Order: sequence, then structure tokens, then C-alpha cells
Amino acid sequence: MKELTYHRATDAAEAVALVAADSDARFLGGGTNLVDHLKLGVARPGTLVDVSRLPLDAVEELPDGGLRIGAAVRNSDLAAHPVVRRGFPAVARALLAGASGQIRHQATTAGNLLQRTRCVYFQDVTTPCNKREPGSGCSALGGYGRYNAVLGASEACVATHPSDLAVALTALDAVAVVLGPDGERRIPLTELHRLPGHHPERDTVLDHGDLVTAVELPGSAVAPASTYAKARDRASYAFALVSVAAAVDLDGDVVRDVRLAWGGVAHRPWRAYVAEEALRGAVLTEETAREAAAAELAAATTTDQTAYKVAMVRNLTAHTLLRLAGGAR
Amino acid sequence: MDADIALIVDGERRAVTVDTRTTLLDALRERLGATQPKKGCDHGQCGSCTVLLDGRRHLTCLALAVAHDGAEIVTAGGLGGPGGPGSLGSPDGALHPVQQAFLDHDGFQCGYCTPGQVCSAVGVLDELRAGHPSLVTEDLAAEDPTGSDDEIRERMSGNLCRCGAYAGILAAVRQAGTQEARA
Repeated sequence: MKELTYHRATDAAEAVALVAADSDARFLGGGTNLVDHLKLGVARPGTLVDVSRLPLDAVEELPDGGLRIGAAVRNSDLAAHPVVRRGFPAVARALLAGASGQIRHQATTAGNLLQRTRCVYFQDVTTPCNKREPGSGCSALGGYGRYNAVLGASEACVATHPSDLAVALTALDAVAVVLGPDGERRIPLTELHRLPGHHPERDTVLDHGDLVTAVELPGSAVAPASTYAKARDRASYAFALVSVAAAVDLDGDVVRDVRLAWGGVAHRPWRAYVAEEALRGAVLTEETAREAAAAELAAATTTDQTAYKVAMVRNLTAHTLLRLAGGAR
Repeated sequence: MDADIALIVDGERRAVTVDTRTTLLDALRERLGATQPKKGCDHGQCGSCTVLLDGRRHLTCLALAVAHDGAEIVTAGGLGGPGGPGSLGSPDGALHPVQQAFLDHDGFQCGYCTPGQVCSAVGVLDELRAGHPSLVTEDLAAEDPTGSDDEIRERMSGNLCRCGAYAGILAAVRQAGTQEARA
């Protein structure tokens, strides 16, 4: 590991100024992903600016029934928050589906969103990877590809985004509050993460020195009837093969409103707008749910190793929507 | 770069100078002689380095020591048992109910993962008492999740045991939880 200068920031503006001025500096939050990357040689910063003790650890209720979640709120605290459990169950379930009890105490809200792919080649510095070393090639294209993306991938990168929380927040129209050198701006979660294109080294639209200070969840009629379902190789403590965040508002058995986002299928949390549109106004049945998911998946590109994901996410979507309709959260 | 930090380890304040790259696990084990937390995978996948940090279960391998200056750390050795170097112990040498339960139910074989399992179990029981939900909690809004076997399995999933003593570990956590509920 390279020599490391450590600086504990006293306020957010100072932290932003320090990182923005030094291309070799990185923010340190809970450290659960970055410390591992330091050991693996995946990240080689010269300076760490520790933002984990900044006063960004409050969950505040907003007038519209929404929540403003500080960037440093720990995953376990957010999952246990009474308003999240009652009003945004997809968020609580997504958090609880991620990592382990220990890691959830350490990991922060913003850090969870900005964690990097678990593609085995990205984490192995002995192999080519365009995300880690732009221009070096993609080892996952011809290698172990079971976790690869099936939507929105490029020839440069087929990695998937690993966060569960980001999928739930994407479904529920959350907004990231970002402080940069030129001030504050707001970025919808649906626009925060990028598709890889020719620049897979960029996971998000954030620039160097941009600090996520909060995430806002708008008040919503559908959020209380939401949930998160995750398919994986083990019953616990594993990343998603595919996952579904869903919320539905029914009038009898007719869909008045619906939100759908998928994890494990793309370089970013995948908001399934096509499926949502197909479902709005339709009678919710196993068949209509599967057809809606299939419409979204018409754009999927698969290999022998990833073909299972299309069937899996279609079925999990239908299963999850029908469970919601039956009162499950 | 070196940094001067202090950690409270099993009740004792310990000042130490660490390279900023030092993990909390290495600072505890190599610099302070607190060898209860074990280095298993060193990548946050096995849980054998678990301690209680400021009262909550925490991995020490995915943490830089410098970022935890001032932290209060309790290792499995600090929970109870005979006092000794780097151990809080207890005045009468009594074991913590979770430690005793692991002995009662053979909740280990080789013992390497045990200090992490014990700290994690103490954390799990605290979290249950505080009413925190888990992924298998059916009613998220309920404020009193029960310590069912499914709940214990899910909540302990961050601690691996290569000997496969899971049946004993499950029984131990169940016993300690039942004792707490009675106390």
C-alpha cells in the first residue's frame, strides 16, 4: 500500500476543497469498500479526507412526509428508523438484505451508493479491466461472467452495480444532495449512476471533489406499499444475482401507480420505466406482471452465462408485485 | 505518515503511534497485544475480527486505526472471564452469559472464529433488545422482533465457522437470549 496522508475534515466545505484541489485525494466514509481496495491495490490514493465524523448523521422528516437522510447515517440506523420501516419498507428491506450486521453498522448512506462493482476482474489487479485501468481491456467479456450485466452494457464494460439501497432509492425517486467546489446541487438517483459506454472508469456523474451530503426521499403515496426482493446464491450475506425494488398502489386489482427498479442487471440501478408504463392502468395478474417485465427486458443482451438473469428478474418482479398486492411489505 | 492515537481496549486507555495505513485489527493485534480478534480473510467476509466498538459489533479489518482514534473497543476477552493483560475480565472471573453458552453448547471446534462469534452474538442480542429488524423479520413495523432460530441465523450470517459448529452456535445464542429475556 502506498504512503497515505490522513486528514480528518472538520466541515463539509473544507473536505470538498481539500479533495477538489488534489487529484490524488479521496473521501473516506465508513471505509468498508475503500479500505479493502487499499489492500487490494484497486485504489491507490495519496491522501484520505475522513468525512465520517462530519455532522451529517441525522434523519429528518420533511413536510411532505419524506425524509432527508444524512450522508453519514449508518446503514443499520437507517434500516431501524421507525419512519423508514413504516413508510419506506423497500429501503429498510434493501439495507437489511445487504452485507452483514457488522458491516451495516460501519457503512454509510452515501458510501453505500458510491461503492464499486464486485466484478472479480475489477478487484484483481493482475487482470485487465477498463474500469480500473482505462484502455486495458475487459476480462469479464470472455471470462467468468455469471454476474455480468444484461442491460445497458458496452464493449468496454459489463460490470453491475452492487448496491441494494441504491435500487430501492431509485425506485422511490430519491434525490442525492451533492456539495461541490461551486456549491450545492441535487441529482435524482435515476441520474446519479452512469451506463459504462466508453468510460466505465466513471461509475457516476459526480466530479472529483463532489461530496454527497444527504439523500432526500420524497413523500409518496406508493412508498408505504413497497418492498425489496433479492435473489442470490446464499440466503444471506451475498451480493444479488438480480433484485427488485417495487411499490404499487392498487384500485381493486387495477394498478393506479407503480414503481419498479432492478439490481444486478446493469452498470447502474435500472429503473424499469417501460414495465411501469405497461402496468399503469392494467389489471395486476401474474401474466400482466410478467409481460410488463418482458417488455422492459426486450432490450436485454445475454450470454450463456447470463441468460438466467432475464427469466429470474422477470419472475422475481411478478412474484414481488403479487406479494405486495397480497399485503406483504 | 505516522499518527498518534489512543484506543480504549477492554477498559484500558492505550496510546499508540501507527502508520496511517494500519488497520484497526493490526493495531490491536500487532501493536497492542490484543490478540482476541483474529485475522481470517482480512477482507470483511468472515467476521473473525469482530469486536464491539463504541457498543456495536464492528469489523476491525475493514477499518483504519487512525480513523478510530478515541474508540472504545471491547474484545471477546473483555466481556468476562479471568482478568489478564488486555482483558477487562470480571472481579470474580465469571464468564459472560454468551461465553458460557458457547461452552455449554460446544459452539466451536478449533476456536479460531469464536472471539468474533461471541462479540457478534452479544451485538445481535443487543440489537434484538433494541427492537431492530432483520431481513427475515416479517412485520418490519413491529418493535419486538423475536429471537427465533431464523432471526439468529440471519443476524449471525456475517460470522463464518469453517469447522461448521453452526448448530452449537445457534443453540448458544438462543440460550443466551433466553437468559437475557428472563433477567
